[in-house]
Amino acid sequence: MRWTTIVVTGGAAAVVFGCASTPSNEETAAKAAAMMKSSFKANGQAGLDRLDQDETQRVCSALANKAPAKDVADRIEKANLATIKYPADGKLVGDWKNGEKIAQEGRGKQFSDDPTGPVGANCYACHQLAPQELSYGTIGPSLYQFGKLRGYGADIQRYAYGKIYNPDAFAACSNMPRFGHNGILNEQQLKDVTALLMDPASPVNK
Amino acid sequence: MGAPATRRGGRSRGTRMALLCLLAAAPVLFAQTTAVDEIAKYRAALLEGNPAELWEVRGEDIWKQKRGPKQVSLQQCDLGLGPGVVKGVYARLPKYFADAGRVMDLESRLLWCMTQLQGMSDTDARKQLFGGGNDRKSDMEAMVAYVTSESRGLPMNVSLADPHEAEMYRLGEKMFYFRGGPHDFGCVTCHGDDAKRIRLQDLPNLTTKEGAQKAYTTWPAYRVSQGELRSFQWRLYDCFRQQRFPELVYGSDASIALTLYLARNANGAAFDAPAIKR
Repeated sequence: MRWTTIVVTGGAAAVVFGCASTPSNEETAAKAAAMMKSSFKANGQAGLDRLDQDETQRVCSALANKAPAKDVADRIEKANLATIKYPADGKLVGDWKNGEKIAQEGRGKQFSDDPTGPVGANCYACHQLAPQELSYGTIGPSLYQFGKLRGYGADIQRYAYGKIYNPDAFAACSNMPRFGHNGILNEQQLKDVTALLMDPASPVNK
Repeated sequence: MGAPATRRGGRSRGTRMALLCLLAAAPVLFAQTTAVDEIAKYRAALLEGNPAELWEVRGEDIWKQKRGPKQVSLQQCDLGLGPGVVKGVYARLPKYFADAGRVMDLESRLLWCMTQLQGMSDTDARKQLFGGGNDRKSDMEAMVAYVTSESRGLPMNVSLADPHEAEMYRLGEKMFYFRGGPHDFGCVTCHGDDAKRIRLQDLPNLTTKEGAQKAYTTWPAYRVSQGELRSFQWRLYDCFRQQRFPELVYGSDASIALTLYLARNANGAAFDAPAIKR
């Protein structure tokens, strides 16, 4: 934040002194994006197209870690909510045991990963879940007793599935990946991770 | 410490209660304190014999060797403070080099000197940029260890006086906040808040001066888990790999812009590397 303040102050000073050469925020962003395109190379499954930002990524990047204004947040959340596809069979809660494996699995989508190998959600990197797992991160909130605290009803099931599918539908510019929307997890995996949070038999709810 | 001065002879009720509580909690406290103590001891032991010294010694030797088609050493290489000067250069990098017409970090400048002074092809100069055990030792990382060790204890002092440097700083800042790829990750995802961790690994908040200083001044580092000395170029390469981005090209403008952004934010702090990390 502090550095942003300095840059903003610097820009204001440039205006005061009539210096027209300071590029705008948008110009700098465009230049940085072009620089990145020429500074990365495709490797395995990670092509240069991964540097093409969608609207959500572009808007959230420009905020530089600041919370979006209400109207911006509403717009992002609405657009992302529209992307969520719920399973055709209506069943949102799969197998929590498989969900636990997906939550532990850190591989997937890196250029160093086998493209035909496992793709996990690596939930424990950022969240506390089952209390038996002591090695958990803190970038996201603790999800211990997720279902037990909120109830196991259909609405909460739908919220949990949707949140994993596309967290930006509920919290604009969330740090969490959009696992369903960006095709990181398939439908069965989304159901299984939902079960880890929502099955009363899951260790998360013990 | 705990007993009031007026009741030196005995223990107050409060002190006795505290002591009882302490005794009841003793097994848990003991286990935790022991673990913390052991980790501290482990770190102290590592510091006493940082294997990075092996890279530093080898790097100095490579720096002074006559190498490449032209069979000259790098002792005429200008790292920013004049030909052959190694002392203190790293604390002032990246910087703009007029001869190359480009802002350069240490690694890209070493590549420049290897091709320009020693006459190596770009391919030869880039043969082993990262080390891979005893069979695939990296001359580059050894030289990085040597040159950076010659800035140990000196305050970071990165300039933005040249317009090229000022622009690269702005671009580096944009990169830091750039979110993309299948996971929407950017540097800021993991390094934009205080006191966060991935699994049990603490993450520095690089948006604060203190965080940037602590992180930047402790790279390069000998990584115990990998048995290798890792340069800052490697640090960025591996961060972007985990961000699910394509591969960051070694010595590319984007790698230099981001390095400049972080190095400049670390200004004022004493450089303290090659360090040792888990």
